[in-house]
Amino acid sequence: MAEESQNKLVYAGKLGYSFRRHLHERFIETFLFLSAILSIAIMLAIIAMLLKESIVFFRQVSIWDFLTDTQWTPLFDDAHYGILPLISGTLVSSLIALLVALPMGTIIAIYLSEFAPFTVREIAKPFLELLGGVPTVVYGYFALLFVTPLLQIIFPELPGFNLLSAGLVMGIMIIPYVSSMTEDAMRAVPMNLREGSYAMGATRFQTAIRVVMPAAFSGIAAAYILGISRAVGETMVVAIAAGMQPNLTWNPMEPAATITAYIVQVSLGDLPHGSIGYQTIFAAGLTLLLITLVFNIIGHLLRKRYREIY
Amino acid sequence: MQIDHKEIAESAQYKSEVKKLSFHYGTFNALKNIDMVLHDKKITALIGPSGCGKSTFLRCFNRMHDLYPGNRYDGEIILHPDDVNILASNVDPIEVRMRISMVFQKPNPFPKSIYENVAYGLRVRGIKQRAILDEKVEVALRNSALWDEVKDRLHELAFNLSGGQQQRLCIARALATDPEILLFDEPTSALDPIATASIEELITDLKTKVTILIVTHNMQQAARVSDYTAYMYLGELIEFNVTDTIFIKPKNKQTEDYITGRFG
Repeated sequence: MAEESQNKLVYAGKLGYSFRRHLHERFIETFLFLSAILSIAIMLAIIAMLLKESIVFFRQVSIWDFLTDTQWTPLFDDAHYGILPLISGTLVSSLIALLVALPMGTIIAIYLSEFAPFTVREIAKPFLELLGGVPTVVYGYFALLFVTPLLQIIFPELPGFNLLSAGLVMGIMIIPYVSSMTEDAMRAVPMNLREGSYAMGATRFQTAIRVVMPAAFSGIAAAYILGISRAVGETMVVAIAAGMQPNLTWNPMEPAATITAYIVQVSLGDLPHGSIGYQTIFAAGLTLLLITLVFNIIGHLLRKRYREIY
Repeated sequence: MQIDHKEIAESAQYKSEVKKLSFHYGTFNALKNIDMVLHDKKITALIGPSGCGKSTFLRCFNRMHDLYPGNRYDGEIILHPDDVNILASNVDPIEVRMRISMVFQKPNPFPKSIYENVAYGLRVRGIKQRAILDEKVEVALRNSALWDEVKDRLHELAFNLSGGQQQRLCIARALATDPEILLFDEPTSALDPIATASIEELITDLKTKVTILIVTHNMQQAARVSDYTAYMYLGELIEFNVTDTIFIKPKNKQTEDYITGRFG
């Protein structure tokens, strides 16, 4: 008798349709689905709002003027609505930032993933990530009050507000995002690929450059695209350190405004709701969204083209 | 274990001699006082149950353990004709790997074209001349019996090849640099029987060119391809002899039990 009870199965349910379990599964599925839908819905709502308000703007200002006028003075009596000065400011500051962040981020990632001993990596990584946690307003004042005076020693004619200092500091700010994602991508490359390279007599550096980086390409591309999006969308650093004067220039030694800096400037003012000045925010916001969208699409295509297949 | 020199001395040509080799992963003693030889242009198989240290032993020959911290070699592996101990701390592991190549358990082609995979070893040695690369790549692919299958698509990504083709590509990659010893770490364990047969045939053909050391889980494979066989157990070399002797008349009871399937 005792033997029989030992042999009995621990769980022996009836074989049939379990309504309770079915309901439970459906509930979880629905909950997950709603969570996914919610983020998409918010995204769509933002786009709809930007489009709706921009249409109001473009009823009064032609798209042609918006894209070709070389002045952006919506708040002056002699109002001009050319987005080019804001785009030039955005591109110049982003380019400087990326010239700092992408090479530095990549070099740090190669070091941490392929060269650094375990203990160094365990200490260095949290510190780098801390760099990404510093509030951007701190970086802004760091650029204005520390980096600009430093640059003025080398370039005495550099104005107090300029794109160069804002761009450099923005680059430092973005390094941890790029290095952290690039390192994750490189470390995800299987060890047997590295061993294959070492076994052929390759050095660590050759292995990192010729085997690990190509194998991690899609992840590295994603890291770069994130860095670009961060640079284009960054607000506080440029608003504080680059001056907020829309200025059509490609010279980083001049003050200028970016799209984001303009939006923050106008949003903080007391413009009447529904005025043309107020509507410019949405047109500028839409432009920014389109720029980042283009980079994201490029990133998506790159990722699809070079998917990891190892 | 003492090597029976009388029985295996018919070709006194040793490519390598292993003397009192011990190996530690941190504090774990993975190889214990191994004495063995590799005969020139012969195939030597390492057999034994999982965890007996055969892969660890194989990876001593190209100093793969140097890649990870906390590993320690004791004893010597002498490489002839230089008569140099390749485990010595003043020998650069990269120099060792340039002369002793390795093929891994799972095919591991690089994310590059077929051509660039084979040319990889030459490129890391700084060879850039197109004519030399073209010639070496073709010879290596012919020697690994892959040339006819891939000659029209050398610049396609290597991942598009089948598993067996990928493993032959890895063999071609290892051959392209004219190694003196080729190490195989269970090269067919991830392949189907047909691909396995073609790799085994290839390995047998290769011994005219290069000395081969192969780790295998498959005793039939050891019997089919090798000239000499070493049986290892718990980090020790239990028996080393001509393959036929090991499989037909093993001297050691442990070896016999393993061969006949009573154990392991």
